Amino acid sequence: MGDAKADPRDFEKPILEIEQRIADLESFQRKASVDVSAEIAKLHEECDQRMREIYSQLTAWQRVQLARDPNRPGSLDYIGMIFEDFLELHGDKAYGDDKAIVTGLCRIGGRRILLVAQRKGKTTKERMACNFGSPHPEGYRKALEKMKLAEKFGLPVVTLVNTPGAYPGIGAEERGQAVIIARNILEMSRLRAPILSVVIGEGGSGGALAICVADRLCILENAYFSVISPEGCASILWRDSGKASVAAELLKLSPHDLLDLGIVDEVIPEPLGGAHRNPQRMGEILKAKLIEQLDQIDRVPIDRLVERRYRKYRQIGRYQEIELAKLAPTQA
Amino acid sequence: MAFEKIRNLLGRKKSLPGGLWMKCPDCIGMIYRKEMEERKLVCPACNYHFTMTPQERIHLLLDEESFTRMWSNLEPVDALNFEGVTSYKQKLEAAQKETGERDAVWAGVGRLEGRPLVFGLTDSRFMMGSMGSVVGETIARAFEFATERRLPVVFVSGSGGGARMYEGALSLMQMAKSSATIARFQEAGGLYISVLTNPTMAGVMASFAALGDVLVAEPKALIGFTGPRVIEQTIRQELPKGFQTSEFLLEHGFVDLIVERPKLRREVARLIEYLT
Ligand SMILES: [Zn+2]
Repeated sequence: MGDAKADPRDFEKPILEIEQRIADLESFQRKASVDVSAEIAKLHEECDQRMREIYSQLTAWQRVQLARDPNRPGSLDYIGMIFEDFLELHGDKAYGDDKAIVTGLCRIGGRRILLVAQRKGKTTKERMACNFGSPHPEGYRKALEKMKLAEKFGLPVVTLVNTPGAYPGIGAEERGQAVIIARNILEMSRLRAPILSVVIGEGGSGGALAICVADRLCILENAYFSVISPEGCASILWRDSGKASVAAELLKLSPHDLLDLGIVDEVIPEPLGGAHRNPQRMGEILKAKLIEQLDQIDRVPIDRLVERRYRKYRQIGRYQEIELAKLAPTQA
Repeated sequence: MAFEKIRNLLGRKKSLPGGLWMKCPDCIGMIYRKEMEERKLVCPACNYHFTMTPQERIHLLLDEESFTRMWSNLEPVDALNFEGVTSYKQKLEAAQKETGERDAVWAGVGRLEGRPLVFGLTDSRFMMGSMGSVVGETIARAFEFATERRLPVVFVSGSGGGARMYEGALSLMQMAKSSATIARFQEAGGLYISVLTNPTMAGVMASFAALGDVLVAEPKALIGFTGPRVIEQTIRQELPKGFQTSEFLLEHGFVDLIVERPKLRREVARLIEYLT
């Protein structure tokens, strides 16, 4: 750990090796017309067994690698798999249309919803257009604009979080990145519509929080949510971003740590070996979970739901309260 | 998080050092200490606004002897068991020893030109004014108290550190907590004047500091989301002069007014007179 040169995906090597052997056997079976299906089945079993072992004890840093895997299903994949009849709505009506956040109307489980989803893109061209998933102020403003629409017309809001962080650049600062993020956070805390958020990959700091102040915040098993990137944390602590693996542990950014801290409400399991190995299955799991969660929050009267959301955020934090009697009054 | 550059910009860590003269970190000029105190810690040569201690800030803005501090009994805890080069516990101990405070926030009630209000500040000397659970909780209580008593709030931010890394996502969530209580306060008709001082960055600027009904900035303060060094590294070019200063924010429409420190008390009072 802590070695910048080591491939952080080394942990997957045993699995990849077995998968290679399976592929070899399959191709041999085809060419030679010899039945080795028993051997193949055995290897599959071995592969699953190894995956269960490996994936049950991933380090925080290894999970961060999975969260960033370019083959991991992203927002557009999920729109194709689980959200029906998607009708995209563009633009913030003030500056532009940020491609790093997709917003639109769609249906899931017979319910009409508003979807707000951070997008990283798949091809190089898409990735550039999306700034690798880092939204600008106009993206956050677009998200809020559409959430207001949902509020007015009584639609629940679903948000998918996947960003390394809000974009760090000149234009973003000129257009008030901090102020716009603050505005989103405030407005979501009192939005009169049910809000369900899922961190599907990276949950990078304020840039993630700006679309996930929610009644329910869920996180996929191999996603993360953090106040700062592990690399950024390592640079501050050791002036060495190569120590990111150590920083990732310290930050308690993994789903089950976040659950213990009361930051997230539920961890959604991924298919064996991670979402990138079976996007279709991941889509099915996520869809079922979204419907289940929406059923729960969408039937709560809105006044009660907003009050509950307020209470939820009001109580987050860890501190000690020293008895007042032990304190001398201070005047300045 | 925005730690870079800020250390230099802070210039002065504790109260004024002894000696007759002090050095301006911005123009490197030497200033006669007594003159500096009369000028409310503003450099006569370049208008650089030195960091004020909480006591100096309270003295600057509130009526004499009018401030009563509240919620100062909240003590930070190391919920993550954070062990770095220096652990969170060590960091806290050092900051507590240096400032004599439990954490980076002050809040309470006071008067400004006779008008009662809730007053608070973040102390940039304490872990760069960063927001962890104690800062978030204190702000939440201050706004709840102001809502109950129907008092205006004046809050002075000086937080280069943003959300405090050492409390992980708990710090991040303080952005939501503080913002949610401000929403309720403002819905109830409360007036919140946010005063931005050098530096106010990242998670603090992206939550409670930006949410004032009126945003007032001191001149030349560093204000923004991402720290300048991180931006430079990302875009691989030098940043324009004056980037992320109060004047930059004014030009781009994100603060209502810039007020020089000697006029700050009167201008805040005028705002309250107009709006309450
Ligand atoms: Zn000067």
